[in-house]
Amino acid sequence: MSDAAVEEGPVRSIRTPQHFVYQYSPGQATSRFLRGLEQGRILGQRCPQCGKVYTPPRGACASDGVPTTDEVELPGTGTVTTFCVVNVPFYGQKIEIPYVSATVLLDGADIGLFHLIQEVAADKVHMGMRVEPVWVEPADRTPSLESIKYFRPTGEPDAPFDSYKEHV
Amino acid sequence: MRDVAVVSFAQMPSVRHEESRNEVEMLMPVVAEAIERSGIGRKEIGFTVSGSCDYLAGVPFAFVAGLDSVGAWPPIQESHVEMDGAWALYEAWVRLQYGDIDSALVYAFGKASMGDLPKVLTLQLDPYYVAPLWPDALSMAGLQARAFLDAGHTEAEMAEVAVRSRRSAKDNPNAQVRGDETVDDLLGRPYVAAPLRAHDCAPISDGACAIVLAAGNVARDVCDRPAWITGIDHRIEAHGLGVRDLTTSASTRTAGERAGVGSKPIDVAELYAPFTHQELILRDALGLGDGVSVNPSGGALAANPFMAAGLARIGEVAQRIHRGDASRGVAHATSGPALQQNLVCVLDAEGGK
Repeated sequence: MSDAAVEEGPVRSIRTPQHFVYQYSPGQATSRFLRGLEQGRILGQRCPQCGKVYTPPRGACASDGVPTTDEVELPGTGTVTTFCVVNVPFYGQKIEIPYVSATVLLDGADIGLFHLIQEVAADKVHMGMRVEPVWVEPADRTPSLESIKYFRPTGEPDAPFDSYKEHV
Repeated sequence: MRDVAVVSFAQMPSVRHEESRNEVEMLMPVVAEAIERSGIGRKEIGFTVSGSCDYLAGVPFAFVAGLDSVGAWPPIQESHVEMDGAWALYEAWVRLQYGDIDSALVYAFGKASMGDLPKVLTLQLDPYYVAPLWPDALSMAGLQARAFLDAGHTEAEMAEVAVRSRRSAKDNPNAQVRGDETVDDLLGRPYVAAPLRAHDCAPISDGACAIVLAAGNVARDVCDRPAWITGIDHRIEAHGLGVRDLTTSASTRTAGERAGVGSKPIDVAELYAPFTHQELILRDALGLGDGVSVNPSGGALAANPFMAAGLARIGEVAQRIHRGDASRGVAHATSGPALQQNLVCVLDAEGGK
């Protein structure tokens, strides 16, 4: 090794950039769910063995390992089971803080859906609150959960805790 | 050692691009078929283990979703290897040696079409000195093929492997590449990574397969002719290509000896050789003579579901024993660049007696 190399000292890091392109495939069940959103519908699938309804469906019942073949359309209304108030700004944030992200147990579903709660002060959102989806205009809908702008309170009385206790 | 046998095997026909189904949707019918054929109830299976690679989907913990296909509730004993499913089977075989459970489900899946497989495989190379040069999988195999030719072999010998593979695949409904080309036909085509031509390289496939293992009397009860695992061993060589003799496979030779390949005659061999010259290297390393039927399924050159192709070799040998077409066979799986790591599994109809 030359004296110059020794004087430069050990190499402590190198950069090896990587760039990979993937073609995501949601699968048949989730594709139907996403196409449904484009049409303003929320679709789920029911397990033929245990009867549970999954939305978004992934084509399988994770408990029973069988295809969820029965499609069901959900009314869209639901109950807030858990939520958090986002107060921290971050890069790429699109919504003014504070705002609320919540798990909504849609009526007729057995698994919560993650979405935003708006048209209500963040400190008024609570467990058991009844909510409904606010859709973007039909022409602007895409096969994405962004076709639902957010959920907002319906004004109905709160759902009893027992109705969603298995989902918190 | 406890007697353990393959009692059932199922696989999805390999395709270049499974456009509509995701991995779980691909796996579910395969897992269900393997369990159904095993005659063992889904809830009675003692251990479940899978092989897959998150880099294929580009999603961390992608393998967890695969569990949706097995019905993991109430909670099951489960494991995963970030390797070909043949190594998952090895783990299951070791697990069955404990003696407290009698059966295991092994499954593997790969949807390589989602990304650029030859480039994805660059990520398994030395991250400081080799990977930054971006040699893809074809280039790495090309280097090995060049060394193989320099050692006294010919491109025609390699083409003969492809010709036989494609002809054999005509009888395999799960294969992806079939044909009646001659050696002259193939040698007239252009190189893709000299000295490799397209026929020297396995196709890129989407696919999945599953095997059920059972021990002792459980295997005898559920299967008329269990394919007993009489030897299984896996060995690895150095990471750096420059320190290996690429024209032979020392790890396969050792694994084959430890698994007892040469102790009795072999009827059939299924070798996971994604490149034609590798099949010739493997035949030599395992000491397979001319009387052995090599890759009657067409092998990986006919269908190459990455992460499942090694497990499928074990299944292909096992089902020939189940059907009575073979008495004793050897299955091989590989991992890493240029046959770096190799697993050898000997299956025998007589093993459990």
